[in-house]
Order: sequence, then structure tokens, then C-alpha cells
Amino acid sequence: MNRREALNMVALLMGGTVVGGTVFLEGCKTADKKVAAALPLTADQIAFLDEVAETIIPATSTPGAKAAKVGEFMHTMVTDCYDEKDQTTFIEGLGKLNEASETKFKSDFMKLTPEQRKELLIGIDKEAKDYAGSKKKEDPNHYFTLMKQLTLLGYFSSEVGATQALRYVAVPGKYEGCIDYKKGDKAWAI
Amino acid sequence: MNTYDAIVVGSGISGGWAAKELCEKGIKTLLLERGRNVEHLKDYPTATMNPWEFKHRGRLDKLKKENPIVGRCYALDEATEHFFVKDHEHPYVQDKPFDWIRGYQVGGKSLIWARQTQRWSNYDFEGPARDGFAIDWPIRYKDLAPWYSYVEKFIGISGNRDGLDTLPDCESLPAFEMNCVEKDMSGKIGAANKNWNVVQGRCAHLTKPAPIHQQQGRGQCQARHLCYRGCPFGAYFSSNSSTIPWAMKTGNLTLQPNSVVHSVIFDDAKGKVTGVRVVDAVTKKMTEYYAKIIFLNAACLNTNLIALNSTSKRFPNGLGNDNGLLGKYMAFHNYRGVISGSVEGYEDKYYFGRRPTQPMLPNFRNVKKQDTDFLRGYMTFFETSRTGWQQGLGQNGIGADFKNAITEPGPWHVFMMMQGEHVPEESSRVYLHKDLKDAWGMPQLVTDIDYNENDLKVMKDFHQQGSEMLAAAGVKNISTSDSKQAPGLDIHEMGGIRMGNDPKTSLLNKWNQFHHAPNVFVTDGACMVSTSTQNPSLTFMALTARAVDHAVSEMRKGNI
Repeated sequence: MNRREALNMVALLMGGTVVGGTVFLEGCKTADKKVAAALPLTADQIAFLDEVAETIIPATSTPGAKAAKVGEFMHTMVTDCYDEKDQTTFIEGLGKLNEASETKFKSDFMKLTPEQRKELLIGIDKEAKDYAGSKKKEDPNHYFTLMKQLTLLGYFSSEVGATQALRYVAVPGKYEGCIDYKKGDKAWAI
Repeated sequence: MNTYDAIVVGSGISGGWAAKELCEKGIKTLLLERGRNVEHLKDYPTATMNPWEFKHRGRLDKLKKENPIVGRCYALDEATEHFFVKDHEHPYVQDKPFDWIRGYQVGGKSLIWARQTQRWSNYDFEGPARDGFAIDWPIRYKDLAPWYSYVEKFIGISGNRDGLDTLPDCESLPAFEMNCVEKDMSGKIGAANKNWNVVQGRCAHLTKPAPIHQQQGRGQCQARHLCYRGCPFGAYFSSNSSTIPWAMKTGNLTLQPNSVVHSVIFDDAKGKVTGVRVVDAVTKKMTEYYAKIIFLNAACLNTNLIALNSTSKRFPNGLGNDNGLLGKYMAFHNYRGVISGSVEGYEDKYYFGRRPTQPMLPNFRNVKKQDTDFLRGYMTFFETSRTGWQQGLGQNGIGADFKNAITEPGPWHVFMMMQGEHVPEESSRVYLHKDLKDAWGMPQLVTDIDYNENDLKVMKDFHQQGSEMLAAAGVKNISTSDSKQAPGLDIHEMGGIRMGNDPKTSLLNKWNQFHHAPNVFVTDGACMVSTSTQNPSLTFMALTARAVDHAVSEMRKGNI
């Protein structure tokens, strides 16, 4: 069983919710013209994604998503790995998220305070989870589901995420089956 | 210059063993491998890379989409893809869905195997005769036991001596521990039913290298569990880390990569096999090589393919195929049943390092007599772990508190799976496509292999018994499912050139020699009569060492 790797485990444990949804299992198609025209993303868009990611995973006693260059990572994954449908959802999501900011705070997302950004994303996060719970299989994903999943994957597999927010041991040297755990100790990165 | 004492076709787990044994006995051996060379350490480009050094952090979405067959393999990712055959490179035809997972390189799939190594029990060898399927095995446990020991000492097996007749003890190095939850579960499962024996898995990892392993240049397992990339410590067994360099040291080995074996040459005038025809993988030029004995170890389906393609006046239907059974009675392991559940408590316990094995329960069904409505049984595997950051995927949460919460380990979960014995039938077969050929001029193989009614009954029983085990261990939210995976994805394909005492019903004798071409031996999965419930590679290696011993002895007596 040792052959059942993390992705399968996670799929089961999370009731089928896997980073990027079915994308990671099914892969990507060639982007259509509209999507192709929107890629690559601009430096401003990547900076925007960095701020979204930083709001989800902020710097605390450990660095946040921006320090892990999660915006750039999202760009790579959307370009190389998303199918056309998710690419479209993701790219349109950049505009939708900003519109939500305009509606709620009459201001561009980039100009919001960290507190305002958090408040905005808490609302969108709830909306995305409710949508995921009720959507039909063939309905598109919510753009924020994609952004949040890529943020978590990108951050926790990054050097700062794995080595500072989590505990990364490249070469454990031995296996110990039963050790004490005290609240506050970080999870293993892999 | 194209003449050797012996030719071995295929450098994977069994071919590597054939080469080692032959070379150690002073036999000049040509080891042919259809793929490129992979040298231990030097050709493991990803072995020490960190997660963030992979552009897509391990994901291979585009490749998996374009190669759905290999894309379903658990071990394929951005770190390992260079060791897997892509679907489009080597096409085959599926009458029924069969996921054929292949590794074409020196070392073959021994680089990317799952490394679980259990001996067969005598119940396994007696199974077909007792239950009236396939044919009787021509050997019993006692015939193979010394060869299991011989192989185990050299490759190094981690495990306990459990004293079970359903899972004979092996020559073992220290076992990996169970974690705290597994230890408790094992006790509760064992207390609930005397037939449920939970033992720690046995795997080909050096937990405490012995001198024989150090002589191979292999070191202790570091519990990285990045094995499928090739091990920089040589801690798990592969042809690359062990048998091939060992054979090389004798001075008797010629290793020739990029050599696609087209067929075995049967010389009708001499009335015997004299060598093999090889297509150069790069230039596509054909060359003949000659030897007194040939070992076919191309891995099950390719060994079948070569034998089927080896036609002559004497054998118009494939090598040794007087009875028409070549390519038939194909078998595999039934992995369809899966169970998961959650474990409450143990929040103050964790583990350190990454373990390359897991607890297992040897088969307890129909062991001493038939006591269910299906034939044979299954091995059960389970593993518990705490969720990591992935727990955040399904949760609401934004900001510092969310981040802090998901950087701590989440609750414990259990994952359980089966490895069921598939009962082979004549209708499960492989054969050559009459028109389609691959880029090297080889006929494409057609797979006509499927599950049967018995497999579904076995899965149902596993779901029921496994759920009972977990319930007895206090597991909550127990959920069963059917992976519906196609045969082949187990990567335990076996049969097609089976052993047996009677040439009318088998292709090979009890020494793995073709009944009708006694200087040709098959000791990979193709030789298997039945599958048992154990992971098969250890048995292939033991059969290989035993067959080489016999082959060399016969050769020296002038019998072959």
C-alpha cells in the first residue's frame, strides 16, 4: 500500500477535494485564443495574486505567501497545468475579485488595508465553499477555490513554507513510529 | 564476437538476478536491455531534490492527460517520470482495459517497484491443485525456501519473524515500527478474531546493513521515502544498486542497453535454440547473438511477446507452444477494494520520518479449507497517519489563525486496501496483433484480460471483513469503495508461460525450462501458475536463482 501516494490519500480523506479539483488528475488542454491572449499574466496581475495569497496565508512569526512567490507559482500552474475551463475561470476571477472589492469598499483590492482584504476574502471564501457544496459536477469551479488551493499548495511546498511554517526533514535518517506531540509543534512538510 | 555462454533478456528485478548468478558461476553472460543505461547514483537526477525545486511541485498534469495509462500509476510524478514508458512511445492494443505500466531502462521496474517482499506459503503453492483451478504447481514451498533465504540475505529485507504458516518467516533485518495508532489497532484487531494477524510489512530496505550489503556499496535506509527517484544511499534493492554492479565485478558480464529482443532463434537444422535476434533501439538494425542458454526476463508481458514472436518450422505458433497455451492463463492482483476511516484521539502522538512499508494481515480466507463462496483470498494492508496542511483544502479560513491551524498536524486517518488472488482462466490471454507493429518492427501485443465473478466476491468480502476489523479497532466513519481500476495497474501481471509437470498443460518444467526448448528459461512473472496474495517480486528472484543453479549444472553436464 505504500504505493498509494499522497494525492490519492488526500483525495480520499478530503472526500474527493484535491488541489485544483479534477485538474490535477485530468490535466490540461490547449488554451483557446481568448485564454491564450490573457496569458502570460502581467506583472501587475502576478502582484495582485501575491496579495490575494498573502491575505490567505499572511506573514506571521513565519513568512507569508508573498515571500514564497506564490503569485508566480499560480501563474505557472494556471499556464502549464490547468485545462481551458479552469484557465478561463481563474483569469476571469482576477476581475471578479476586484469587482467584489469595488462593490464592498468602493476601492481597488490593491488599495485596501490588510484588514479590509481579509474581510473581503472571508466573504468570498464562504461564497466559494457554499458554491462548491451545491454545484453540479459539470459546473465550473469557483475562481476563489482555485486561488486558495494553489495558494496552499504553492506556499507549503515552497522553501519558506516547508522549512519555516512546517517542519521539513530532507533526510530523516530513521523512522520512529511513536513520538510525543505537543500542541504548537508544526506538521511535517512531507 | 556475438557468442556468449548465456544471454539474459531484460535487466529488471529477475534479469538482474539471472545475470548475477550466471556471472558468479563463471558464465560469460550478455545482458540485453531494450532501454537506455541507468547507472546507480549517476543517473538519478532528481534523487536529492527538494519539493520547491520542481517547477510544478511534482505535478504532471499535461503528461498525465496525454498518457492516461501510465498517468494512473501512483508512482509517476515530476520527480520520477524519466523512469516510466509513456503511452505513445510503446503502443499496444487492449481488447479489454489493461493498464500496462512499464519501465524501459537498465534496472527496469526494479527502480520504481513498491519493494514489499513476502514469501509465499505452502498454502499458496497447493492452492490450484486443492481448489481445482489452473494446474498444479510443480514445486512446493520446501523447494523454494532455501532460495528465498539465499536471495533475502543478499538483497536485505526488513521485517519481523512472525511465526505464521500463512506468511513464512524470512531472513530479516530489523522491522520498521508501527506508529502508536497502528500498535493499538493491531492489538484490538487480533483480539477480535484469532485469524486476523496484523504484522509489520516486509520490504527490501536495509534497516541495518550487513557486511554483504556493505560490499555492494549499499547503505542504511534514511526513511526519506523518495524511493521511486532511485536511492542515493542504495538502501532499497534494485538491479542498478545491487545485482548488476555485482555481476559486473566478476568480469563476466557484458551489459548492452538499447537492445530490443525481437525473437529467440530456433535452429531447425540443429533442433535447438541457438540465440536471439536483437533490433538496435536507435539504428533499428538487426543483429543475432548466440549462446548455449537463454534466460527470458523481459517482464511478464514482454516475455510473452518475445516467445509468441519466436516462430520457426518446429514452433509455428511461438516458442515451445505445442499445446497452444502460450499467452494464456494471464493473471494479476485484485486491488479494487479500498476502505478509509477516521481515528479519534491520539492528538498527543506523532511519528518521525517516512516509512516505506505498512502493517499487513496475511490472507485468512480459505486457508486450510474452502470456507467461503469464493476461491482463495486476499492480503490486507493498512496505514494510519495525521493529515498535514492538506486539511486546509476543504475548510473555510483566511488569515493568520487559519495558517496557524493548518500548520499543525490534523486528526488521524486510516487507509486500508486489499491484494486479492485472481484465479487465472484460459480466456485471459495476450496475443500478437496480426497487422500492427511498433517502431522496431515488433508485432503489437493485444491484451484480453479481465476480472471475473470471483474477484468481485473477494472484494465484497474484503469490504465486509476490513470494515469489521476497523470497527473492532474503534475506527469511525468507515467508508468502503471500489477503485474500479483496470487489471494491470497493480503492476503484478503474471502467467502466460506457466510452469507445470505436464507438457500438455504447461510450457515450462519445474526448473523453469521450456519443456520443448530446454536451454531456454523463463523466470519472470510469465512463469507463474497462480498469483497467491503476496507481492510477487521476491518469488521471481528466488525462482531465478534456483533456475540458474540448475541451468549451469545441466550445462556443465552437457545436458543443454
